[in-house]
Amino acid sequence: MNLPVIIKFVIDLLAVLLLALGIKGLSKVKSARDANRLAAFAMSLSVVGLLSYYLGTSGIAIQSWIWIIIGSIIGSLFGAILAKKVPMTSMPETVALFNGCGGMSSLLVALGVAIFPISSGQENFDFFKSLINEVSISVSIFVGAITFTGSIVAMAKLQGWLSTPGWTQSKVRHFVNIVFAVASLIAFFDLINGNTSSIWLLVIVSSLLGIGVTLPIGGADMPVVISLLNSYSGIAAAAAGFVVDSQLLIVAGAMVGAAGLILTQVMCKGMNRSLVSVLFGGSLSAQSTASSGSGEYTNITSCSVEECALTLEAANKVIIVPGYGLAVAQAQHTLREVTKKLEQNGIEVVYAIHPVAGRMPGHMNVLLAEADVPYEQLKEMDVVNPDFPATDVVLVLGANDVVNPQAKNDSSSPLYGMPVLDVQEARTVFVIKRGMSAGYSGIKNDLFDLPNTSMVFGDAKKVLNDLIGELKDLGVGDK
Amino acid sequence: MSFISLLWVLLLGSLLGLELIGKVPPTLHTPLMSGANAISGITMLAALTLIVKAEGNVPLLIIGSVSLGFALFNVVGGFFVTDRMLAMFSRKPSNKN
Repeated sequence: MNLPVIIKFVIDLLAVLLLALGIKGLSKVKSARDANRLAAFAMSLSVVGLLSYYLGTSGIAIQSWIWIIIGSIIGSLFGAILAKKVPMTSMPETVALFNGCGGMSSLLVALGVAIFPISSGQENFDFFKSLINEVSISVSIFVGAITFTGSIVAMAKLQGWLSTPGWTQSKVRHFVNIVFAVASLIAFFDLINGNTSSIWLLVIVSSLLGIGVTLPIGGADMPVVISLLNSYSGIAAAAAGFVVDSQLLIVAGAMVGAAGLILTQVMCKGMNRSLVSVLFGGSLSAQSTASSGSGEYTNITSCSVEECALTLEAANKVIIVPGYGLAVAQAQHTLREVTKKLEQNGIEVVYAIHPVAGRMPGHMNVLLAEADVPYEQLKEMDVVNPDFPATDVVLVLGANDVVNPQAKNDSSSPLYGMPVLDVQEARTVFVIKRGMSAGYSGIKNDLFDLPNTSMVFGDAKKVLNDLIGELKDLGVGDK
Repeated sequence: MSFISLLWVLLLGSLLGLELIGKVPPTLHTPLMSGANAISGITMLAALTLIVKAEGNVPLLIIGSVSLGFALFNVVGGFFVTDRMLAMFSRKPSNKN
């Protein structure tokens, strides 16, 4: 081993260690921010390691430097700008977009190596001579393409640019996807057999497969899909690692792939759905229309903001249940003002966070943290559920399915078995909602019919603003 | 490196990943996903390798450069956006008093 090899080995080892520490640190609130920076540092270190290795061995041509600089500047610039500008509410879409681009990168590398086999360097790089390389190129293209198109579709659907086409909810889509999958397999084996031209077929059909699988999935299931695609992009990176013979790439890709799978599992558990039903079951609303779970509301009580304010003033303990509606209305800061007033009046305020509230696990935490809600006030479902019977008022803000008692009581309901927040146990429940439309599952919410539930109709932000006014009139929090 | 040792690397890397994030509070799911997503942009190393080894092959240089751009978009954007989210958590203690 000569010096550049040893140096690269040491740097790679250090980078893997730091990346592992980074991922570990990201799982604790205290260390998360430093861990993220540590991971970023490890990534830069790995680039330094790679470049120094080539400088010390084959050298890097001026032409290569030019293209490296062009690619880096453009990519980093766009990434940084988007990351700075995007609002916190569109975080899931943003992660999906970044993720798709990672998949695209792996796809392009494999494509480049496949079309232009690189002349053998010092380590006897001999692409396309060995079966292994052909397999890793094919896997890299296949997974990379699915990751890219799947992520873009997920992003477009979350942004509302794409709706769910009707045909995707019928059995037709299974047939279509099976055709794509079989075609991918054929192209895959044809490619491994040495027929390089079928690479384009592989690119096209795996891209179509990514679209075909993601398009039918409803908004509520999107986080699971994004997490799964995140795992895929790790797998794609690991496959690209086999293509260019880089252990570092394989380790990092495998770690991300495994991490994504665990997160996916956690999310599925929170929604009481299996991965299979998310991927092949179609949108939940399509199933529920056929089930007995739907029905008319019979006992809706609607009340004014003023009544709500009066009840709040008299309360000792208030639990807030935030949901996606809060994020859409951008009402987190207004909510914080309301709760500040309540706290100043000596009322205990806690936020109940359902694991899948919002569009991603942790979505609500991020949103409320943005509004300066102290971290200690955010309670997880299992912690807060026993507290509801001793609670005077629950404010449900833009959450729906996660507070539906059907999940506990009605075994015929599609939601049955999903862990929910037991808000109906509280003395009074206020549901702030724009109208009577169903949640993402499309299922009737039995909570709204209960005698201790009152609906306050209106946009979350507007209602909360009115609430602040009413509380002021009552002299709450004016000390 | 031989294929078999690369497979070992894959296996151990996967196990490491499974082990590392066994228990995560829900608060950190989105940042963790976003951070892990940024790390998956490590494929930038493959893009770099492609460019360095292109030896004047312009189409290959362009493919490598575009690939590098996509990867860095993922990496830089991913880490920044994760930092933005986490900044909101770490700001808490100082704001309380």
